[in-house]
Amino acid sequence: MRWMGKINPVFLVLILLLLAVAFLSPYFLQPAGYMNFLKRAAPIAILAVGQLYVINSGGFDLSAGALVTLTVIGSSILLNGDPSATWWVICVMLVIGAMVGVANAFVVSYLKVPSIIATLGMMITLSGIALTWSGGAPRGYLPENFRFFGRYLIKDVPLIQLLPVAVIVMIIVCGALWWLMHRTNYGKQLVAMGDNPQSARLAGVPLVRTRTIAFVVSSLSAVIAGILLGGFAGVSTDVGVGLELQAITAAVIGGAQLLGGRGTVGAAVAGALVLQTVFTLLNIFGFPKPIRDVVQGLILISAVALASFRRRNSGG
Amino acid sequence: MIAFLKRRSSFLAPVLLLAIAFGTYVGIAIATGQTQHLTAENLIGLLGRSIALGITAVGQTFVILIASIDLSVANLISVSAVLASHLMAGDPGSIFPAVLAVLLVGVVVGAVNGLVVTRLEVNPLIATLGMALILQGILSALFTNFAGEVPKEFQSFAYGEIFGVSTSLLFLIALTIAAWGFLRFTRAGSNIYSVGGNADAAKLAGIRTTRVVIMAHVLCSVCAVVAGLYLASRLGSGAPWIGRDGVYDLESIAVVVIGGTALSGGRGGVWGTLMGVMIFSLIDSIFNLAGVDAFAKQILRGVIIIGAVALYAARSRRIEA
Repeated sequence: MRWMGKINPVFLVLILLLLAVAFLSPYFLQPAGYMNFLKRAAPIAILAVGQLYVINSGGFDLSAGALVTLTVIGSSILLNGDPSATWWVICVMLVIGAMVGVANAFVVSYLKVPSIIATLGMMITLSGIALTWSGGAPRGYLPENFRFFGRYLIKDVPLIQLLPVAVIVMIIVCGALWWLMHRTNYGKQLVAMGDNPQSARLAGVPLVRTRTIAFVVSSLSAVIAGILLGGFAGVSTDVGVGLELQAITAAVIGGAQLLGGRGTVGAAVAGALVLQTVFTLLNIFGFPKPIRDVVQGLILISAVALASFRRRNSGG
Repeated sequence: MIAFLKRRSSFLAPVLLLAIAFGTYVGIAIATGQTQHLTAENLIGLLGRSIALGITAVGQTFVILIASIDLSVANLISVSAVLASHLMAGDPGSIFPAVLAVLLVGVVVGAVNGLVVTRLEVNPLIATLGMALILQGILSALFTNFAGEVPKEFQSFAYGEIFGVSTSLLFLIALTIAAWGFLRFTRAGSNIYSVGGNADAAKLAGIRTTRVVIMAHVLCSVCAVVAGLYLASRLGSGAPWIGRDGVYDLESIAVVVIGGTALSGGRGGVWGTLMGVMIFSLIDSIFNLAGVDAFAKQILRGVIIIGAVALYAARSRRIEA
């Protein structure tokens, strides 16, 4: 029975929840049902994996949600419906994202501000920028080829019938980040740094560079999530509100140890899917939307409590 | 003597910042020809605009002193304001039971935060973020707009005056003196510093650290609900978004840190926090005098918070080194 202890319980929870949803709503078993589900989960999964990089480095990134909003607002203003501008606007947004990540890492590394304060300050600053830029209300609109990523469904795919582009984006991004975290030297350095920054530094891990890459990954994942959300949810000034907490919750459900640890990309994606499944279940039962927050809060606390309970019992 | 000097040096930075902020304020008032703002009445009024932040921040000081943090205060403020005005429903007779009920909610929320942090060993950031989500979710499920109203009598908490000074300002000062006395002269107060300074050492010295942590969280939550009562009294009614809109969670943490209380716990106090509140309300007034637009104000605010905390991070490193 020892091997059972090694499987991350998040996968079992996910399977149970998915079975529950499938049982309650047969629509979920059809390609349109589960693909729609995956499409809606894609931004959270991408954000959760980005957040995992920062969590594994020993910090938090609370600015991710505001960056999602800034991406959506900024793109719609810059594009203003002009399809020929899509590619350079996406590039500009990715550059802005990279700059936000570098700024976060700079404040944490050189100014020694705790990441929670640094990224909360960044969150306020970014939503201030989004509001100043837009004048407080959404302006402009997103052309069809920008919304392609979040909205388009590829039809007539063999076996699964249809495949949303958002799901492809999710698989590519999460796959690349899985590779970076679990198959490269950088990933090992990141986890070592989150575990014990002093010993990692003595062992030759370049702390500043490692942390900077983690924050940049998180910010870029927020920009990508913003592009997907702009695609299927449209332009609004509150599209990103609370997403950073959902991302942290997802990573924590996946077993990421807060303040440095060993969360895996697979488990973070599973955590995001668990969260999305729980939201789906609440929908099926007809609970009002705010109840999502209550449940998310309870899950967040119990996941961390469970993780620290397991840690104490395993003596690690 | 060394302890005295240390206490002095932790005061130095907030005093300096306060002087800079005040100088800038006076400078801009003179430069833009708005000298009518420089009356004594107006300067006292500056602090009066930040009563809710002040009350919350005094509470936040307790949890930061024990090296914890409370991110649920903003949502608890909303809960308190809405609950108070809903229960009072304009009837002066129900002021007392409503206040009692709201205070009880504060005690319970604080105790739960403290228990989750100590017994379940959940990181305080996560524990209180989770609590924030739970509180806001319940509140938004039950109320979607301004709920109930507070009776005229209760509005005197925010608008009343004693000897020409507003009651709420006197309350904030009395609260700060009480919190200072508690931290300075009681055993429970010095336990807070011991636990924040070194929890393991405090435990070995026979202090029940769990109780101290729970107590600090209860004090913080009670302060937050009192801030909610104040807002209900000022606005005449509570709405489920007032706490979040005021960003009381981040701002209360920021003013505590700017006031010289270390995020790592064990150092600082409430007078510094009060100075932090004054610095923030001066910054706000400077923006108003200079005519900075509301959204740009938010950007500057984020930058100032990061900058101020960075200033202190640099300082505390020097002390630790």
